[in-house]
Amino acid sequence: MKHVVKCENITKIFEQGLIKVNALTDVNISVEAGEFICLSGPSGSGKSTLLNMIGGLDTPTSGEVYIDGDEIDTLNRSQLADMRLHKIGFVFQAYNLIPVLSAQENVEMVMQMQGIDKHTRHQRSSAILKEVGLEGLEDRKPPELSGGQQQRVAVARAIVSQPSLILADEPTANLDSNSASNLIDLMLHINKQHNTTFIISTHDPMIMQRARKLVKLHDGQITDIISQNNHV
Amino acid sequence: MINSIRLIFALSWRNLWRNKRRTLIILFAIILGVWAMIVTAAFMRGMVFQMLEDTVDNLAGHVQIHHPQYLDDPVIDNSFNPQSAAVSKLLQDPRIALSSTRIRLAAVIVSERESSGITMLGIDPAQESKVSFIGRSVVEGRFLDSTSDNGIVIGKALADKLQTRLGKRIVLMSQDINNEIADRGFRIVGIFDAPLDPTEKSFIFIAKDNAEKMLGLKNKASEIVLRLHNTDMVNSLVNDYAQFDKNIDVMSWLKAEPYLEMMIELMDSSMFIWYLIVFLAMAFGIINTLLMAVFERTREFGLFQALGQKPGFILFQVWLEAVLMIIVGLVIGNILSWLSVLATGDGIDVSVFARGMEMLNMSNIIPFVITFDDLIVANLTVAILGMLTGLYPAWRASRLVPAHAITRI
Repeated sequence: MKHVVKCENITKIFEQGLIKVNALTDVNISVEAGEFICLSGPSGSGKSTLLNMIGGLDTPTSGEVYIDGDEIDTLNRSQLADMRLHKIGFVFQAYNLIPVLSAQENVEMVMQMQGIDKHTRHQRSSAILKEVGLEGLEDRKPPELSGGQQQRVAVARAIVSQPSLILADEPTANLDSNSASNLIDLMLHINKQHNTTFIISTHDPMIMQRARKLVKLHDGQITDIISQNNHV
Repeated sequence: MINSIRLIFALSWRNLWRNKRRTLIILFAIILGVWAMIVTAAFMRGMVFQMLEDTVDNLAGHVQIHHPQYLDDPVIDNSFNPQSAAVSKLLQDPRIALSSTRIRLAAVIVSERESSGITMLGIDPAQESKVSFIGRSVVEGRFLDSTSDNGIVIGKALADKLQTRLGKRIVLMSQDINNEIADRGFRIVGIFDAPLDPTEKSFIFIAKDNAEKMLGLKNKASEIVLRLHNTDMVNSLVNDYAQFDKNIDVMSWLKAEPYLEMMIELMDSSMFIWYLIVFLAMAFGIINTLLMAVFERTREFGLFQALGQKPGFILFQVWLEAVLMIIVGLVIGNILSWLSVLATGDGIDVSVFARGMEMLNMSNIIPFVITFDDLIVANLTVAILGMLTGLYPAWRASRLVPAHAITRI
């Protein structure tokens, strides 16, 4: 099986003044294509830090990260940006939509950066917004959408360019249980439909229960990896 | 690439209006700065322009021809033949629009009650009226009507000083060709009103034939004043005839009035310093606004990088916001400046500072003159320095570490 993500002996040390904090210590993890993995653990366990390392948003103090077999530590800022643009989609806890762009423009933004023509962009963004249940809300700006709707736009933005990997950091943290459940359904549907790999960091038991693999972190170390067969 | 630029352009423009109040305040500062630069430049340029016009109009002309020693010692001996072959050839130059031949010497004018030292000008009225202010400045009586007119035209201020008036006789005394005192009586046929008081007090006009008779001159002149079709031709004409004939000296009005040349240079450099001062005030506003915008949108810049936007594009996006703001400010500032200058019409009346203006050899109406060069310099100063100023906040935005930026509250 092809490894979409491979982390070898990842250590991340943050320096806060004179104090050094080990956010991750010798973390090793491999993720295969089409997996739906949940990183769980208490606050400060290193879930978000690990996601940032995998996504190339931050660099490890030591160790190597491979995406699709390429070691990303050797890439410069521009090459890293290029890799994220074409291979990774992000979903954040705080949605992080661009407030001056409409829902459709937010979704189209990544494709626009990829150089996809206007007609194709429009077609694909319309289809994906329909798929995430936001048909008719394409022209609304983020402040005119509910939290659940904004997170759906964020998911649509993450998947529209069909990346091989989606990294979601606490995607349901700001949502009510109903919206959270719908979002999990949506992500599982996309995972199944497009064989997209998902790595999700969460506290949410609903996601943990439905993930195919549960990776438990504590104090920057992986304490347990549990395979589950209970997702729909 | 084009798609990305379109996206960046749309984002920059929309972000500019995201905080309307802040953008409008800094835009107002840019507009005010550009307006101040251009209108001040127009006023200063107008002052210089008026000074030059007044000087040229006030007997100096664009180019003057003298005996080589005349300026150092303006006596009757230092006169030249205005009908020599060299002078005749020079006067045929197509760049010359008008000329006036003068006998110009120091003299004393005596009325029934007072006397005064003056400069007498023996002129051909037909020529002189076209070259200098005198043709349109006679406010009482008439101007001289021929080269043999027996009258004299004096200034209003001189008439007051001599306690004389139109129709009265005066006596003019000067040194003749034999170094003897020559004198002659003239009847005042006209009184002129000049823009500057010193001109009224210093110059009197008599017909050339009578000046020649009085001084014993024949075919001699103290100066020939030329008006050219265009001020820009002055230097080329003077250069062409610099070594033309050893009996004459051809000089531009700037050489005849050296303080004016100094004033022009001084104004040019002070204008540039003024531009820089205005711009510096503006620059702090631009930097502050953009840094605030960058700080407020740190998460967004982190997001852009997370989504795959290259640092260079983020730099370009923030920089473009500065550029757009500057372009809008420049367009509105230029339009407002143009409208302001248009509203002043022929100029503004500064007669309240009349004495100071006279010291500068200027009349009381200062026109606003916008030159293409001043516009270019003002606009380029704001555009180039503004764009450089915008680079710093843009660079700050592009250097953010995405993981840190995206979690910034």
